[in-house]
Amino acid sequence: MNPELQGRAFAPTAPYLVGREKVREFSRAVFATNPINTDTDAAIAAGYTDVVAPPTFAIVIQQFTLDQLVSTEDSGIDMTHIVHGEQRFSYTRPIVAGDELTATLAVTSIKSLGGNAMVTAESTIVDSDKKHVVTAISTLVVRGDA
Amino acid sequence: MNVGDIVAEKSFELTRDSLVRYAGASGDFNSIHYRDDVAVDVGLPGVLAHGMLTMGLAIQPVVDWIGDPAKVLDYTVRFTRPVLVPAIGHATVTVVAKVGALEEGVARIDLTVTVDESTVLGKAQARVAV
Repeated sequence: MNPELQGRAFAPTAPYLVGREKVREFSRAVFATNPINTDTDAAIAAGYTDVVAPPTFAIVIQQFTLDQLVSTEDSGIDMTHIVHGEQRFSYTRPIVAGDELTATLAVTSIKSLGGNAMVTAESTIVDSDKKHVVTAISTLVVRGDA
Repeated sequence: MNVGDIVAEKSFELTRDSLVRYAGASGDFNSIHYRDDVAVDVGLPGVLAHGMLTMGLAIQPVVDWIGDPAKVLDYTVRFTRPVLVPAIGHATVTVVAKVGALEEGVARIDLTVTVDESTVLGKAQARVAV
């Protein structure tokens, strides 16, 4: 695990267009039963422009930044040695179908822990007006026994 | 609403079908979540549920209680124990949501998430608008 990744600037990911059917598909997969997740009329009645994604949907967009991290040539991270330790989502507003979202990665912490490394990857997700939507933070344990 | 109140409680049955459905919906096609041989090869006791699937379903009883997915302002978990999902049958994930703290307009909801009475998520907390 390369400690110099901390503080490095990463390019924003390509815009991700949140599709209505993708929100419905994801909602079913996480056992969401609230109609605001799947029914356009219910979402509009609740004051949204379209169906609202479940709270963990941001992982789909964050994943592009985690792929970016792992595929960084000098990262020293082997994909098969990563364990997801912690996850957090901090919302300014919910993700709604029709949003075009871009994520920017920052590695905020790298700690050694008995031969393993703990890396905190923070992805700031903004809409097409560059306004903050959600910050997704993953703590990954990179096993050193490769 | 008072600190200590249980606001929601629900059990979910996870099957291999659930894992394949989540793989497709999320784009996480790591084969340890559907192939026994791969899971065993990397030293796991068997096929595991995606941690993000467990996290994703554990918040749903809270969403149903509060009535709007957009009222979840912040959600955090630690993945402390893997959820093994057998090829035949299912794993039962049980969620209990309790009020942990109350402040102006926001409740901290603490989630206890267990399989066979063992906790699988640690420090699982959501801040919701109330």
